[in-house]
Amino acid sequence: MSEATDTPVLRARALRKEYGKGEGLVRAVDGVDLDVSAGETVAIMGPSGCGKSTLLHLLGGLDRPSGGEVLLNGRRVDNLSEKALSRMRRADISYVFQSFHLMEELTAVENVELSALMAGHSPRAARRRAEELLDQLGLAGRSRFLPSALSGGQRQRVAVARALSNQPLVVLADEPTGNLDSAATLDVLQLFNELHEYGQTLVIVTHDARIAATADRMFSMRDGTFVDETRLTGGTTGKLGALVGLGD
Amino acid sequence: MQQEVVLAMLAKEPSYGYQLRARLRDALGPLGDAMNAGQIYVTLTRLEKAGLLAAEKSADGADRSDRKVYALTPKGQQRVAEWIAEVSWPRPDLAEFHLKLIAAASAGLADPIAVVDTQRRELLRRLRDAQRAALAEPEHSKAALLLEGVVLRLQADLRWLEACEKNWTHRRSGS
Repeated sequence: MSEATDTPVLRARALRKEYGKGEGLVRAVDGVDLDVSAGETVAIMGPSGCGKSTLLHLLGGLDRPSGGEVLLNGRRVDNLSEKALSRMRRADISYVFQSFHLMEELTAVENVELSALMAGHSPRAARRRAEELLDQLGLAGRSRFLPSALSGGQRQRVAVARALSNQPLVVLADEPTGNLDSAATLDVLQLFNELHEYGQTLVIVTHDARIAATADRMFSMRDGTFVDETRLTGGTTGKLGALVGLGD
Repeated sequence: MQQEVVLAMLAKEPSYGYQLRARLRDALGPLGDAMNAGQIYVTLTRLEKAGLLAAEKSADGADRSDRKVYALTPKGQQRVAEWIAEVSWPRPDLAEFHLKLIAAASAGLADPIAVVDTQRRELLRRLRDAQRAALAEPEHSKAALLLEGVVLRLQADLRWLEACEKNWTHRRSGS
């Protein structure tokens, strides 16, 4: 099946997630529409409890919606069987979490090659790909290090290398800088910029304005819905010097 | 550019105008693009007239400001020492935006939350610009530190906008 080039990689329509019943009903996600094009970085910002993490789980098939649709490359995925869903999570979608979720007893390269091994690639091919990725992400000399011997920024780089190892259609990141100090945050910002330039499609949920500012578009989420959309790539705001009181 | 800054940048050693400009470029990186060379020479001339700088013509005797060597006079050194000891600091004008929200709401000129949203969009674009510039700076760049300051201030402003939004959402639902 050939797809029109303008088919969004990821699309949500009237997406809803509810918990509880009657008086106790909580609309965590309440009618979200979203189109993410190939190579685009989209950030979703909002206060804690606004439903942004739940939304990310619905988009990535970690949780099933109460209503609405999720489409990946034009194909419905919200109603897949458990088996098809777990295949999709292995092959097409990757996650980057706030807390990295690295295996502490495995080295960096072993963490990265794990998903390729689980997908049935040969150990040799999986290792080669993992080394390549760590190399690209600036961790060539550290592939044999355990996570505990790496800085916060480096651990997040390993987590991103692992996320990229199956060449996913979309990377979903949940508060990727939540646990990092300011220097490590800068490192992750640099990393997301690199991924963006490399053409990776990214959806980032964050309350960190610095991460949101790396995106092409930013959605503000409140009470389960998008209340504002900002295109960040449009015209600049004038000379940089004006930001520090230089020039006119 | 403030006169004291120009003066202080010459405190290290007597310099040509172009050497001063190179020092400023190195310190400011892309933030210095807005700097106007003409203005710097105007400032140099003023400082010279005020007796804070002494200008020496270059060996070829030309009297153009870009061919002179500028050095601090004792009075100039005194002024720089005072300036270094000062604790003045730029004051952000938050009252203007605060009053804008109050006026918008009380006179029904606009929804204050929409005003906050529009402002946030502008600040996020500035944050993006500053951040991209910071990431493009080479390692150990002096300008990167200045850009970090810009980024941190914008973050603080964005947090304040969040507080504004919360407050006005609360008032709207309370009324």
